[in-house]
Amino acid sequence: MEFNQLLVILATAIAAATPLVFACIGETITERAGVINLSAEGTVMLCAMVGFVVAKATESVWLGFVGATVIGALIALIVAYGTITLKQSQIAIGFVLALLCSDLSAYLGNPYVRIPGPTVPPAFPIPILQDIPLIGPLFFREGDVLVYAGYVLIAATWVYFYRTRGGLTLRAVGEQPAAAFARGHNVVALRYAYTLIGGALMGIAGAAFSLDFKAGWSYRHTAGYGWIALAIVIFGGWNPLRAALGAYLFGILQSLASVAQSAIPDVPTQAFTVAPFVLMILVLVLTSGDWLDRLLSYLPVSARRSLSRALRTAPPAALGRPFEQD
Amino acid sequence: MKVELRHIHKHFGAVHANNDVSLTVEAGTIHGLLGENGAGKSTLVKILSGFITRDSGEVVLDGRTAHIQSPADALRYGIGMLHQDPLDFPPLTAIENFMAGSLAMRAILNPRAAERTFRALCAQFNFDIDPQARVSDLTVGERQQLEIVRLLANGVGTLILDEPTTGISASQKTLLFEALRKLAGEGKSIIFVSHKLEDVEELCDCVTVMRRGQVVGELDLRADGLRQTEGKWPRDQHFSIAARIVEMMFGKELAMPVKPPTHQDEVILSVEGLVLRSDRLEMRIEHLAVQRGEVIGVAGLEGSGQQLFLMACAGLERPAAGTIRLADRDLTHKPYRDFLQAGVCYVPADRLRDGLISGLTIQEHVALRTSNRRLFINRAAATAEAERAIATFNIRGRPDTLVERLSGGNQQRTQLALMPSPLNVLLMEHPTRGLDIESTLWVWQQLIARCKQGTAIVFASSDLDEIVQYSDRVMVFSGGRVSPPIAASELTADSLGQMIGGRF
Repeated sequence: MEFNQLLVILATAIAAATPLVFACIGETITERAGVINLSAEGTVMLCAMVGFVVAKATESVWLGFVGATVIGALIALIVAYGTITLKQSQIAIGFVLALLCSDLSAYLGNPYVRIPGPTVPPAFPIPILQDIPLIGPLFFREGDVLVYAGYVLIAATWVYFYRTRGGLTLRAVGEQPAAAFARGHNVVALRYAYTLIGGALMGIAGAAFSLDFKAGWSYRHTAGYGWIALAIVIFGGWNPLRAALGAYLFGILQSLASVAQSAIPDVPTQAFTVAPFVLMILVLVLTSGDWLDRLLSYLPVSARRSLSRALRTAPPAALGRPFEQD
Repeated sequence: MKVELRHIHKHFGAVHANNDVSLTVEAGTIHGLLGENGAGKSTLVKILSGFITRDSGEVVLDGRTAHIQSPADALRYGIGMLHQDPLDFPPLTAIENFMAGSLAMRAILNPRAAERTFRALCAQFNFDIDPQARVSDLTVGERQQLEIVRLLANGVGTLILDEPTTGISASQKTLLFEALRKLAGEGKSIIFVSHKLEDVEELCDCVTVMRRGQVVGELDLRADGLRQTEGKWPRDQHFSIAARIVEMMFGKELAMPVKPPTHQDEVILSVEGLVLRSDRLEMRIEHLAVQRGEVIGVAGLEGSGQQLFLMACAGLERPAAGTIRLADRDLTHKPYRDFLQAGVCYVPADRLRDGLISGLTIQEHVALRTSNRRLFINRAAATAEAERAIATFNIRGRPDTLVERLSGGNQQRTQLALMPSPLNVLLMEHPTRGLDIESTLWVWQQLIARCKQGTAIVFASSDLDEIVQYSDRVMVFSGGRVSPPIAASELTADSLGQMIGGRF
């Protein structure tokens, strides 16, 4: 195989991972505030359906995205109300919504199955950046508006998390809400806000499937991607850069699998489709054990700190726990 | 800033945690708030810092009424609080903690500028904290220093410290006290909540003592030229002040002993040269021999090692040296199981956390206790036995009542009902804490009945009346020292107060 051919395959895989990137970043933001939105699977699927239907009805792709965003935020609002205000189990509410929303998408979306609809305008290269060796062909040639918006989202989320006051507060709320409250923050309002933002991003992820990367609508059109997003968030150690990396890696491995499959037909198909998950589990085991700390202790202090921050996979301490003010 | 709390009331359910409490803290002073656990100190300072809303009463700052409904409000008035367990963000770095919630920070963080402020403040107080260190790697003392510096950067004029000397090293304590004196010198008011006499004496200008939700006394330590330089007291004066504070904390008159003699000659529990260590305490008990049927009361300010001692006797804490014998058996360093088999039973103070299992019913507790290894629970037998226990121990509940639904008194009755029989040694913490008079009398009736059967009881209590009423002999724990056991009939309020204050 030609090298350039491989680059095109990889670039397409990277672009195709965009919906996952949106979903992962959305879930990362929500979980950083201490709320698990386990409804991701249902949210993505229902929003894919809604996005397609709205776009079809209004003949506008962008209104489709608006519709999907609103629905994603609304589902998140149910999660937030149930878990923050009513203090019910995040697992139970999220899981029920995941099932409910995917079935709802099948029921409501039935008239729209397998009909053509509007799609996002075609891919275009970014001037100047496309000429960077390796990086250019991989990231800046095969993408459309959404792909590039994904890059901006990743960078913006990282900057927000680690360089702004709001981001510091967000991380604080997820780690130790009582201490954030003691410092005068409105924990409840912040958790609502970040749950809604995360849900809206998952909504965009859904529409990104049905209006772009897997255009159209069919029964259980995006099945599995919501669960995968939840897994990638953990793999990403609640860090937007690592989560995005996970999403892209997942996309690449899946497309390589299809290439490898045609090359080595003896290996069963399933081996390639589960390969990314096995890899993720391995990475998690490697980055969460004690031995990593021991290994790092041989390094100078400054290097140790940045490395351990980059590799750390501890969840936000208050993840999944309701905030009780005494 | 001058802080006045006027006629504060606060109820938690049926408990009147603050009953008409008034407190005045002058600007530039360190004010000690002293009292046993549950005296209402924490409630009071949490009202001032906005964590708890009061039922009634008034907060007046520098002569003006303040409306404090939340910690955010309190911070706006310049009131900051250091919690007993530092309320910070362990996975974040020191400098991130310093910046989080800071009023001075812009939307885009400037870690360099923050670090300059941080270092300057640390230098003022000789605090040495690496700004890039993760807070989870810092000691409790360092986390405290970080909180102080952070609150000061936010312009706090009143600093509340809740039990700040628990869990920090001696040098950190010195550093902390120096910092607090310096802050008071700058005109800030400090409220120092503690149950440790020696800390209050060393540091504070004034002391307010609380007991059972009320203020029971105030003492100006600066008055009459009492205070010498650097908080050192002439020896006699030290003890007279300690005695006065202890008297306020526990009351003047002691109850009369009511326990009938039940002890037999045979020694059941004996302890020789026992050395116990925890992160903040080291203590040594030379010799103790407890006879069958005898009751030993353990007195002292809370946290003086009573629990450590009881847990060591129960086989739950490993002594650093010394031996623990039960009758003729040496049980030192033996597993807890051996202690249980030897007839030792430990009844912890926190009934729902350590004693009973919330979520299980009375009959399930009964079923758990049975030692047979059959697969299925004999429900009929468990119910019958639970019903028997409920009848004998007068528990207000049914066999299928969840233990957390029981009142404190009934939980304690359930614990007593679950104790094995026969029993050689019974170790109890606060046997009647939170119980009404009827339940208290009933519990002690049961305990004395056990003594008559030959059980020896060692119990810790913060209620001196209970100690004097029901003990044969009393041991006093004070700051890592342990007095030899003294016959309860020889004790007076004064002598006991002096011993708790550290003089024996």
